[in-house]
Amino acid sequence: MGYLPHTPSDVADMLKTVGVPSIDRLFDCIPAPVRLNRSLEIPGALPESELCRHLSEVAARNRPATELKSFLGAGAYDHYIPSLVDALQNRGEFLTAYTPYQAEASQGTLQHIFEFQSMIGELTGLDVANASHYDGATALWEAAAMAVDRTGRKKIVVSQLVHPHYRAVLRSMLQHLDVHILEVAHAQGQTPVSMLRDCASEAACVIVQNPNFFGILEDIAGVSEAAHAHGALAIEVANPASLAVLRSPGECGFDLACGEAQPLGIPLSFGGPWAGFLAARKEFLREMPGRIVGETLDADGKRAFVLTLQTREQHIRREKASSNICTNQALMALRATIYLSALGPDGLARVAEISCQRAHLLASRIPGRLVYPKAPFFHEFVVEFQKPVSEINRRLLEKGILGGYDLQREFHDHRNMMLVCCTEKNSPGDIESFAHALQEAAR
Amino acid sequence: MRPEDARYSETHEWVRVNDKKKEAAVGITDYAVKQLSDLVHLEITPKVGDSIDPGAPFGEIESVKTVADLLAPIGGKILAVNQELIENVDALKTDAFDAGWMIKLKVNDAKGLDELMDAKEYKEYLASLEEEEGEKKDGDEVDDDDFV
Amino acid sequence: MKLIFEKSVPGRRGGYLPPADPGATLEDLVPAAHRRATPPRLPEISELGVVRHFTELSHRMFSIDGNFYPLGSCTMKYNPRINERIAALPGFAGLHPFQTEETIQGSLELMVQLERFLGEIAGMDAVTLQPAAGAQGELTGLMLVKAHHREIRQAHRNEVLIPDSAHGTNPASCTLCGYKTITVKSDARGGVDLDDLRKKIGEKTAAMMITNPSTLGLFEERIEEISALLHRAGAQMYMDGANMNAILGRTRPGDFGIDVMHFNLHKTFSTPHGGGGPGCGPVACKAHLEPYLPSPRIVRDGDRYRFDAHRPKSVGRIKSFWGNHGMHVRAYAYIRHHGPDGLRAIADHAVLNANYLLAKLKGAYLAPYDRPCMHEFVLSGQRQRKHGVRTLDIAKRLLDYRFHPPTVYFPLIVPECLMIEPTESESRETLDEFADAMLRIAEECKTDSDLVHHAPHTMPVKRLDEVRAAKQPIVRWMPSSHSGS
Repeated sequence: MGYLPHTPSDVADMLKTVGVPSIDRLFDCIPAPVRLNRSLEIPGALPESELCRHLSEVAARNRPATELKSFLGAGAYDHYIPSLVDALQNRGEFLTAYTPYQAEASQGTLQHIFEFQSMIGELTGLDVANASHYDGATALWEAAAMAVDRTGRKKIVVSQLVHPHYRAVLRSMLQHLDVHILEVAHAQGQTPVSMLRDCASEAACVIVQNPNFFGILEDIAGVSEAAHAHGALAIEVANPASLAVLRSPGECGFDLACGEAQPLGIPLSFGGPWAGFLAARKEFLREMPGRIVGETLDADGKRAFVLTLQTREQHIRREKASSNICTNQALMALRATIYLSALGPDGLARVAEISCQRAHLLASRIPGRLVYPKAPFFHEFVVEFQKPVSEINRRLLEKGILGGYDLQREFHDHRNMMLVCCTEKNSPGDIESFAHALQEAAR
Repeated sequence: MRPEDARYSETHEWVRVNDKKKEAAVGITDYAVKQLSDLVHLEITPKVGDSIDPGAPFGEIESVKTVADLLAPIGGKILAVNQELIENVDALKTDAFDAGWMIKLKVNDAKGLDELMDAKEYKEYLASLEEEEGEKKDGDEVDDDDFV
Repeated sequence: MKLIFEKSVPGRRGGYLPPADPGATLEDLVPAAHRRATPPRLPEISELGVVRHFTELSHRMFSIDGNFYPLGSCTMKYNPRINERIAALPGFAGLHPFQTEETIQGSLELMVQLERFLGEIAGMDAVTLQPAAGAQGELTGLMLVKAHHREIRQAHRNEVLIPDSAHGTNPASCTLCGYKTITVKSDARGGVDLDDLRKKIGEKTAAMMITNPSTLGLFEERIEEISALLHRAGAQMYMDGANMNAILGRTRPGDFGIDVMHFNLHKTFSTPHGGGGPGCGPVACKAHLEPYLPSPRIVRDGDRYRFDAHRPKSVGRIKSFWGNHGMHVRAYAYIRHHGPDGLRAIADHAVLNANYLLAKLKGAYLAPYDRPCMHEFVLSGQRQRKHGVRTLDIAKRLLDYRFHPPTVYFPLIVPECLMIEPTESESRETLDEFADAMLRIAEECKTDSDLVHHAPHTMPVKRLDEVRAAKQPIVRWMPSSHSGS
């Protein structure tokens, strides 16, 4: 049954070695009043073939974005994932390995994480990166917590155009540490740098996202300068795929950068598992949470990799740890590393360029009002229609099209406004069909 | 030989006060250094001019697998921080008591000194610790496999 | 072995390079002020080069697929491949988290069903699937307790009791929640020292965090008494569910006084460890804590499911989107594959396998707790110390026998600790081979201790200079300093 190898004869022999007459005796330590004397009320066992059929039926009740013409972004991006990413990541050695605590037995894991850390460093233009976080939102929380620790200040300033889920996580997590969050409202789809500067006094950090939630490019150099003018740390939430072509946080003076590695070869999967990344200037290395792989030598002088600076972590510091993080998202970070290796700088820049081109093509064809026509954007933009987005999207779905994000869900003054996204997967033909379908659906 | 003019805390810090009982140097003992084995990093948090209470932490010392708080054996105002030691923490291995000073304080209350151990008492204290620990001598060293 | 950067050749291209559209280029569309001047220095490799590199890396690691991996409290059981195939179905893998509800009914129902299964297994009333890992689950659980106390005007309770055998994430999670950790001693039998506990419970106690079975692999026999003590004092009981593999279908935390707990899907429910993650840490709780669960919840509305974000008492959001759905799918499949009898059989065989190994090893190694264990047990390497060999050396020597070492030096209360959890997946032959290796090593400690002391001898690398790694940290490739080796 299941995956249990023992035959009845195995069990009998083993019980003899243990010296008890039956397996039940091994559970005598459970006090009688709390023993479960019935079966768990869950459905009966399904053999693999039935299991497959059942779950295919469940999956069929979903209509995934990858099988529709999807123009949905808003923090999750449907880029093409080259087949070698799956093929390599699915190798049993990667899939079923554990955390590389025994370095001699884990050079493969340690090296691929070191390579991930290096690639994140290259993309963000910062000196050091860790082995990844659960997602972009928790990576941002950890970055903000670092800033609070470092500066001793109890206030953080966040742009309203940082992804709403990320801001929500900041709120939930920082309430326990008595930290006050000041959200700066956007002006014309961008974060007003002068307002940010005014708010930044006594702040531990200033946080901005680029491209922001509306897809618009921010004046990030201005933001980092505004933060530093008040002794606050500058933190950028970045889309790592866009960093192939956009100015990096490092070159614009940011202290920390974080975000979501999902666009780098990680499937949408209804929101997870993904991998958050966190990068920083080297003076922050010893305060970084999470696992970090370092380079060293073995007893024969050979180069090798090992988890390092572990005294920061919970298993040593326990209640004095600044974070409780134990897992990283090693397997997802591996996917990102393979993706970046497979594409290289040219491939990554090309994907960024095509995504940008397609979004601008759509902007020129879409039968709606561009809400921020003067603001430069990357591969997402905001468009206004004459009726609620939820209604429009329902009609689009009938034509096999997944419309953009309904901004009214999070921005109450953005009624009838949709955040649309294009990646290199949206062909010019699809874009035409979308524009055409909108003519009807948005009428 | 541990300096006779030093006083010792149960958490293995030492303090040596100058004749006029006004200024003191503070560090950690050879025993503490041995316990930590491979020293990696020293951090001293207060700056010159800051005040510190007796028993309060004034920094941390790290080895590969452990981190220990440094606790001030007496209170006072920080006069100096040993930057050289921070840059070369290995110096503690050879000289924990002279070159290994970590902070220098202007003492604000010399009475606390009497509650600390002298060299002889400290030696006896260490002996009692080793007896207690017995096989557990290296119990501080946490080298671990963890679980997700 | 070279880093991938060291294999880079300028101008070499990978397999995926679709052509740009004609017309306006990136330079035309994005103003120069926003563009980076120099491209990131990512490696330039051919597709086969990438495949070779990562394949070579995969040969330099241990994995459940390749090796017996008896890490205590990690539950390194077989990761069923069918779960991988199912999770990769486009219906699951291709689902965008912001798709409208009519397009995600399959997954919403799966999540509701999984919540129900986990609630039944836990003996609890409500479940959230949002936390991404056990540690996040712990933090979420503590947040629920905090919210509850705030509502019933017990917000002065700011202390949490934690046994000295606890996993480091427990006290770390407390600190993040603004709680103070009070450590409770374990007694000679390996359970919570009730006298010490009674001394430390007070009017400031918010909760006790307990792992049951404990990290020593022992069931807390007086758990009902402990729960009663805490409840009488107005506190809550939190359970770290890392060791659920021992008690599936045999007892339920909700039945022995636990108010809130987390699961580790990547332990008990076979979702793959992946080299250190991803995990998934759902939290189950009793009804009185349900209003505080992270938002949104999934509710049934007639014959459809939808998200309900109208949760005024919720502790908020602890992660983006809805949780590690890929892991929800795998765990659901695992539970459906086993059914109630299969889950109970898992616990039966996990406990049998651990007791079998304990019986075979306790002669040569010191077993500090001489009673039947649950799904894992601890040994101490103290006898081997007499020959100058430490538990660390034994662990490294096991690598030469091609076994991954058990957990070492944890829990902290057992000197020279080895924590062994075979899981139910292992055959008797494997267990016998492992036991033989351990006995051989015990002999080697007496006759050739140097061999053990300098192990491993047959790995791609020897023991590493961790001091150097910590003192002169090099945590990324740099073009100037890395020229290949």
